[in-house]
Amino acid sequence: MVRERIFEEMAQAVIDGLPDKARALAHDAIQAGIDPLEAIERGFKAGMDVVGDGFAKGELFIPDLMMSGEAMKAAIAALEPELMKRKQQRQVLGRVVIGTVQGDIHEIGKTLVATMLAASGFEVHDLGVDVSPQRFVDMVRQVDANVVGLSALLTTTLLNQETVILTLKEAGLRDKVKVIVGGVPASPEWAEEIGADGYAENATEAVEVVKRMVGV
Amino acid sequence: MRPAILDRLASGQVLIADGATGTMLQSAGLPTGVPGEAWVLDRPEQILALHRAYLEAGSQLILTTTFGGSRARLAKAGLDHQVEAINRRAAELARQAAGDEAYVGGDIGPTGEMMQPLGKLTYETAVEFFAEQARALAAGGVDVIYIETMSDLNEARAAVQGAQQACDLPVFCTFSFDTRGRTNMGVRPSQAAQTMAALGVAAVGANCGHAPEEVLEILPQMREAAPEAYLIAKPNAGIPRMVQRQVVYDATPERMAELARQYVELGARIVGACCGSSPAHISAIAAAIHGERGS
Repeated sequence: MVRERIFEEMAQAVIDGLPDKARALAHDAIQAGIDPLEAIERGFKAGMDVVGDGFAKGELFIPDLMMSGEAMKAAIAALEPELMKRKQQRQVLGRVVIGTVQGDIHEIGKTLVATMLAASGFEVHDLGVDVSPQRFVDMVRQVDANVVGLSALLTTTLLNQETVILTLKEAGLRDKVKVIVGGVPASPEWAEEIGADGYAENATEAVEVVKRMVGV
Repeated sequence: MRPAILDRLASGQVLIADGATGTMLQSAGLPTGVPGEAWVLDRPEQILALHRAYLEAGSQLILTTTFGGSRARLAKAGLDHQVEAINRRAAELARQAAGDEAYVGGDIGPTGEMMQPLGKLTYETAVEFFAEQARALAAGGVDVIYIETMSDLNEARAAVQGAQQACDLPVFCTFSFDTRGRTNMGVRPSQAAQTMAALGVAAVGANCGHAPEEVLEILPQMREAAPEAYLIAKPNAGIPRMVQRQVVYDATPERMAELARQYVELGARIVGACCGSSPAHISAIAAAIHGERGS
């Protein structure tokens, strides 16, 4: 019973976007001998799922998602030493390389997707904004990525999503990695036209699509 | 010679604003990744030509090419050593095109940074950046400081405060309500209007955003929350889609004109258009609102 109560509080701390509270609850859990993986999955992550749902439904907005992401991060960082001690690891669902394509400096959408993917258990390598095709390719190779995410806000830079796909082909990596695209002017039709493997309209949907891509 | 812009609005007339700047400069050859602000100093003839095209189409209020002219934003393009020069020159170019009759709005867009606690930008720094930009725009001769495409209420507040510190010009402020009738930061139209009016902003409204039809829902909410403020409608020409590698905005000039008439019925006193629009859209809007040219 007490454990259930703690998990609920953990979820609530993430829903409310309170990093200090989440960190404190993580320390409490360690003291109480709660399995840190269980704390993540049944506690903090459960809260993140609620927030993701609310965001997808239009009930919650960017600040909510970002603050919840911060709380989630704080909790996981606090649990990290205990995970190491127990020689446990959160199961990595897959490795994702993500960035905003060359010529485009818009950061927010891409960062939200990265936050949600990390919260869901993916290993995320965020290259930032204005990322050249070669940097995407190099990072995909370096971390042996399963998925690469390409963001663009401008209609003009959207074309650079295709350039990355072509560069992946030239590097012989296209068959090894799935490509997901997003951004205001992108669409499922656009994804298909440039030979991407998927499109997502928002961060919550992106998690679903990327999960499908890696078969979880 | 034009009366002060607030006197003009007080007389009950509707002012036609301009249309897109960014997407127009891109079709004039602005390379991908280069901000339009770079052309203010490098290709002033292009900026002047765009202003003139809008004025000829019927714009009575044109905006300077300084949407990304804040220090934070110019830094991303390595142009932050030219904040003063770009903003001042952009204002001079718009004034040169507008002459004595049309109004010039000194355009200020978001910094592109997240404010604390979500990001690193402090409120004080944001106020400083906006004041610096507004000061240069005022020195270049604008009639009004025109803040647009805001999503974060706090950043909008900083922009207004910066503008008010920098000069005595009237301040307008519009938001981009692109997420189910709210801004992407969750700000409701009523909240935006009320907060801005309380700060002394003379005109509030919606620009950019999602479908232009949504502005029909937004204007009444703003009007109710801030009945004393003038209303602005300056939406995108629809939502961009890629068709065969080409960008298509689906709202035609005729459709935008029809909507503009409805905006005015809802109380809008400044009507224009945003991304994806062209002088053809403005020409249709001007004709719909003022009858054939010049009346």
